Amino acid sequence: METKEIELQSEVNRKRLMEIVYHGKAGHIGGDLSCLNVLTALYFDVMKTFPHDITNPSRDRLVMSKGHCVEALYATLESKGYFDKTLTDTLGQFGSPLAGHPTIEVPGIEVNSGALGHGLSIGVGMSLAAKMDDKTYKTYVVMGDGEQGEGSIYEAAMAANQYHLDNLVAIIDRNGLQISGTTEQVMSLGDIRQRWEAFGWDVKDMNGDDMEDIIKTFHEIDYQNHAPHLLISHTTKGKGVSYMENKASWHHGVPTKEQYEEAIKEINQRIATLKTK
Amino acid sequence: MDTIACRKSFTKTLLELAREDKDIVAVTTDARGSVTLTDFAEQLPKQFIECGIAEQDGVGISAGLAHSGKKVFVCGPACFLVARSLEQVKVDVAYSQNPVKILGVSGGVAYGALGATHHSLHDIAVLRTFPGMQIVLPCDARQTAKLVRMLVDYPHPVYVRVGRNAVPDVYENDDFNFEFGKANMLLDGHDLTIIGTGETVYHAYQAGLMLKEKGINARVLDMASLKPCDTEAIKKAAAETGRILTVEEHSMFGGLGGIVTETISENPVPVRILGIPDENVVHGTPLEIFAHYGLDKDGIVKAALDFIK
Repeated sequence: METKEIELQSEVNRKRLMEIVYHGKAGHIGGDLSCLNVLTALYFDVMKTFPHDITNPSRDRLVMSKGHCVEALYATLESKGYFDKTLTDTLGQFGSPLAGHPTIEVPGIEVNSGALGHGLSIGVGMSLAAKMDDKTYKTYVVMGDGEQGEGSIYEAAMAANQYHLDNLVAIIDRNGLQISGTTEQVMSLGDIRQRWEAFGWDVKDMNGDDMEDIIKTFHEIDYQNHAPHLLISHTTKGKGVSYMENKASWHHGVPTKEQYEEAIKEINQRIATLKTK
Repeated sequence: MDTIACRKSFTKTLLELAREDKDIVAVTTDARGSVTLTDFAEQLPKQFIECGIAEQDGVGISAGLAHSGKKVFVCGPACFLVARSLEQVKVDVAYSQNPVKILGVSGGVAYGALGATHHSLHDIAVLRTFPGMQIVLPCDARQTAKLVRMLVDYPHPVYVRVGRNAVPDVYENDDFNFEFGKANMLLDGHDLTIIGTGETVYHAYQAGLMLKEKGINARVLDMASLKPCDTEAIKKAAAETGRILTVEEHSMFGGLGGIVTETISENPVPVRILGIPDENVVHGTPLEIFAHYGLDKDGIVKAALDFIK
């Protein structure tokens, strides 16, 4: 897939994400929107996936450590063919397998998540198992920047370095906002690069709002360098819906009918432009 | 009568099995010495994962390993392993259905005078509320060895708690049945039932023998498997003996006594719960602590005599 096609796919997923949240009447829309480009890039370019053979042992693994942004994952998995739209449309209904956080009842989701700070340790375990068995699959862990307050992440960061897990890629969705305000107001993260380099990780910054830079950065990863990889994905919370961008108040929330229509209009315009490129 | 610590029986058996099965992995949290995994670590380094003093990471890594097909035993002092990492046990192991085997060693008051930080008197009560989580407290070396063999390919998460010190055998040879969800009757009787779990079983059995000398016929049950639990054996004991005395190295809240009481709540008979009351435990050796709270043979006999008066 060419980069401009992935960019287009991401906008198609963004439109579907808005539909899911609007009709499901719930969702962590701000963070959904900021990590959607990365998820689209992972599933449509970077990862080896088997949407119709979900337990295939050679599949790459994704752990959605920032589990509250599950709607972005639903939109991506649906468009990749893991399940049908009719399943996604049950979101918010009584008895639906789709919850507000990832569960293994949904095809393509590897582990239940939603409590922050868990995903990286699980990713370390998956990566260790691959090393033990000489398997080549990779493990990708998507974390939030607010999530970086959880101490267990640094336990996992140490272990990943100790065992030279160059088959493990962690991504921080660095949108700068968490539920109560900016990450720097709530609990300063300081220099994330320096912090993770001190833990022995191979760190790269990328513009997570720019598909070209995302694809380029993923392709630059050296999976034989004996060090785990961290991508700091600099993004905009609420990306792609103008009135939501950089607003902590859109950490979670459901747009009104007018707001929803405005968002769809914006996204449709971008889709039209991308199609003519 | 042999005296071997259950933790040693556990790791010795695990090492034997792991030599033949490269998917068996032992994970620990700077506790290879206290768990008695040093031989395992030296002989099978590729099947051994050291996490350092990081219980949350240890359990999370174990979940990831199990998800990838490894047969994982994460081992550490019970006090830290399932308190510090409680949310990882809840979400990454139980909720996500990753069949990790969690071995808590030196459980209960086994650390004696080291104090309450090192006691684990909450684990049964807390872990039994997690759907899918199973709990077993073996009572001696032979039962522990049998349990390890059952656990290797068992497709569900299980928490096992053992003590620290050498314990006398309850089972004198290997010719005994052990199943998840099945109690073993060590003595039959109709005057009352005494139920123990883990290291209290030996004391319960000894108490049963002493009561017999006094003309009182107690039924004694080994309730190693607390979840699933042998509810039929409990209901039968209630119906046939009319009184149940439970003995546990655990808080009186939510453990064996709670399980028994809940089980017979629709057809109740008197239940007396021996365990650790809602207070910070006195300092002393494990046996001194058992004696203080009446969890040893003499205490159980005394409680039984008072109970049937």
